Amino acid sequence: MRVTNGDADVNAPVNFEGNAFPEGPRERLVVIGNGMAGCRAVEEILAREPERFEITIFGAEPRVNYNRIMLSPVLAGEKTFDEIVINTPEWYAENGITLVSGDKVERIDRDMQTVIAASGRTEPYDKLLIATGSDPFIIPVPGKDLDGVVTFRDLDDVDRMLAAADKGGSAVVIGGGLLGLEAAHGLSLRGMKVSVIHLMPTLMERQLDEAAGFLLRSELEKRGQTILTGANTKEIIGKDGHVAGVRLEDGTEIPADIVVMAVGIRPATGLAKESGLEVERGILVDDHMVTSDPNVLSVGECVQHRGLCYGLVAPLWDMCRALADHVTDRATGYEGSVTSTKLKVSGIDLFSAGDFSGGEGCEDIVMRDAARGIYKRVIVRDNRIVGAVLYGDTADGSWYFDLLKKGEDVSEIREALIFGQAFASGGALLDPNAAVAALSDDAEICGCNGVSKGQVVSCIEGGAHSLDAVRSGCKASASCGSCTNLVESLLAVTLGGEVETGPATMCKCTSFTHDDVRALILEKNLTSIPHVMQELHWSTPDGCASCRPALNYYLLCALPGVYEDDQKSRFVNERMHANIQKDGTYSVVPRMWGGLTNPRELRAIADVVEKYDAPMVKVTGGQRLDIFGIKKEDLPAVWADLNAAGMVSGHAYGKSLRTVKTCVGSEWCRFGTQDSTGLGVKIERMTWGSWMPHKFKIAVSGCPRNCAEATIKDFGVVCVDSGYELHVGGNGGIKVRATDLLCKVATEEEAMEMCAAFIQLYREEARYLERTAPWIERVGLEHVKLALADPETVRAYAARFHHSQSFMQDDPWAKRAAGERADLHQHLATVRPSDSSFQLEKA
Amino acid sequence: MMIGDWLDIGPVGQIEAGTARTLPVEGAQELAIFHTLRGEFFAIVNACPHKKGPLSQGIVHGDVVTCPLHNWNISLRDGRALGDDEGCVPTIPLRVDAGRIYLLRAAVLGGGAEAAPAEAEA
Repeated sequence: MRVTNGDADVNAPVNFEGNAFPEGPRERLVVIGNGMAGCRAVEEILAREPERFEITIFGAEPRVNYNRIMLSPVLAGEKTFDEIVINTPEWYAENGITLVSGDKVERIDRDMQTVIAASGRTEPYDKLLIATGSDPFIIPVPGKDLDGVVTFRDLDDVDRMLAAADKGGSAVVIGGGLLGLEAAHGLSLRGMKVSVIHLMPTLMERQLDEAAGFLLRSELEKRGQTILTGANTKEIIGKDGHVAGVRLEDGTEIPADIVVMAVGIRPATGLAKESGLEVERGILVDDHMVTSDPNVLSVGECVQHRGLCYGLVAPLWDMCRALADHVTDRATGYEGSVTSTKLKVSGIDLFSAGDFSGGEGCEDIVMRDAARGIYKRVIVRDNRIVGAVLYGDTADGSWYFDLLKKGEDVSEIREALIFGQAFASGGALLDPNAAVAALSDDAEICGCNGVSKGQVVSCIEGGAHSLDAVRSGCKASASCGSCTNLVESLLAVTLGGEVETGPATMCKCTSFTHDDVRALILEKNLTSIPHVMQELHWSTPDGCASCRPALNYYLLCALPGVYEDDQKSRFVNERMHANIQKDGTYSVVPRMWGGLTNPRELRAIADVVEKYDAPMVKVTGGQRLDIFGIKKEDLPAVWADLNAAGMVSGHAYGKSLRTVKTCVGSEWCRFGTQDSTGLGVKIERMTWGSWMPHKFKIAVSGCPRNCAEATIKDFGVVCVDSGYELHVGGNGGIKVRATDLLCKVATEEEAMEMCAAFIQLYREEARYLERTAPWIERVGLEHVKLALADPETVRAYAARFHHSQSFMQDDPWAKRAAGERADLHQHLATVRPSDSSFQLEKA
Repeated sequence: MMIGDWLDIGPVGQIEAGTARTLPVEGAQELAIFHTLRGEFFAIVNACPHKKGPLSQGIVHGDVVTCPLHNWNISLRDGRALGDDEGCVPTIPLRVDAGRIYLLRAAVLGGGAEAAPAEAEA
């Protein structure tokens, strides 16, 4: 590969010229449009006859081909640009394709069979493919050209929106269709106050009926968006050349720092029209995607086929197949597409397909479940499904769509149709794998990438034995991920028990990852474990020993002071506030602040050891004393005695702050540079009682000799003459890891604030049971540094930590000693033999 | 079965759903009485077949308890270890009548009835 222009100027043409194939008498194919349609068409042609054409692709955007429909997740922060790239520079090179990006084609000379680009570059062709897609429609209102009015079409638009969101403020999205709502969702997640202005009375009226539109609207309003329907934009108000707001026909004014115009698209036909091709709304093509010039073809959103223009991705795949068949002499023909829609807004399940306008001879089958926020409507005409709208539960979307496309007679399953495939098929398909197995080979699995069941299965049979392998092999589930369940079922069905699973899901009860679950808890305002399990479709009635404690922690972290800790979901040690030992007895570790103690505490510990006949007392690695062999019935009394001497729980049993280890520091040590003991006590007073993803250890050393071993702790302070070095991510456990230096600060106050902020970052981002060391290895030290780079952000993290602590710093031992939850410590009763029978003695 | 064959161990309300409580038996193994989140009650010997961990202290999910010592999953229904682990803990027939829990006396005395082995021993 030769890169002819490595210039940083993004508008300069960048050429990837391949020479993977020997020169030969190949036909020249020129493609105008480096988007999803153009590249997909090329892929389809290469799949049929890899050496037939010498291919040149012109792209107006200065980058490789990416999945345009995934711009919404990029805007929402769920994906990065790299993740949505479809064809990498290597792909162009490996297939001998010349990519001319950033150089717009200005003219087609059909007589000479050449195209002429803006740079003057002239390229001859034997076949020309126009895949120019569509342009966003700009409503002709005053102010439409103001700075800050953007469309939502390409990556540059996303960058403009992100730049605006960085500054915060208000956004107005004009257009409550698919694209507009996805833009609104993204901007809302990015922290902007978002208003959606929609001309029609129902959101997404082309895909949704009124009932589903209402549910969608309520959900969006619940998330803080303002939705104005039946609202006609009169003008965009500006101030100093920049947008300042939107004025509606009825006089309402909505302030805005950015206005996103997402009212629709129209086929980009300018080039075709100028070159004399027949154009109506779109470029006219026949069933083989041939325009009025037999050497010029066209696919995608720019075409008009049998009177229809399409703005969705699925028809594009069908067109590309027909086109590739035609140019490689296999003519099959394209007969138009029935389309279905899913909204890519996480946490909202919405599916729509076909015609749901009702009318003559149409029957509606409707099911609602208000409590679960579910609405399903299937429209049947002449015993065939003609449309479906699903909200809240879209699991059967692909099944209805499959029946619809095939035009199957549903009279036999009419009764149970609305309950979905599992019921309609007589209960035999309650197993989701069986349901997937029953789909036909050409049933579409992945709508984003147009992958059928047959293609997924052959990919699996070709050696892709894991979800990741399938994603890279045939791209199914590689985009929005809403078909992940289907792909996993296909893996299970095709391979039997031999599926290789990644670190993907939280546990076998769910298909979501830890990160998904945490995000959804916040996004959907989930407030209890059963609520999470219901909303996220847990496959087990009440979870398992893995997900229950994780969910309890995530909710506790997300809703401090609001969420009520679920003791049933706590591992025994955290429920009993002591450490279970192999014989079923417990060990008890009272807190010794910074490792300091005094005669009163030591006497109380000595008394407890004698009174309860504890067989062993041990000095722990965290500078305190561990009393072994206490029975669960005796724990409250032991704690009462320790409380009486002023001691509280040491949380030696918890996924929580354990100890703050210190050395003696400047107060006594001749090398000490700062008061490490005093700082250690202060830090422990600040952090004790906090629940974390895993146990958390802190140490403060008074000089670089580091006697407190601060560099193998989760958070370590090493005092130096000029201040405090703050280290993070150390571990002295199974895999020893020395800390990374986070930063250096001058004062104790700064050290404490950074400590609080770091802990909160860890609490909010790490997965349950992930220590700081593997967490930092996973996300990278740079990520942590970046997150804590800005003093404002540090303050905000620390403030969230202190807020949470205000509910946590309550000695659990004192409550139990006072009689709370006595049932956890007492036997139900004791059964004693008496003569020939038993008698029951109450505890 | 007549009341006389059953030992009344008290009202159902004394065990919170999703937890278990212990019932020591003098001269025999301690029992654990479970109340699942779905409202069922079970009685098993309070010792994991693996290393005798106190099953009463495990997390209860569905009709399964996870042992607090090494995370073995034990079916409350038949006492068997689930998954790849092998072993079985004795179960005690239990019934609930008019809001009270009853255990089969003979089984309490005998430390529970061993579940029938899946295959005859060689």
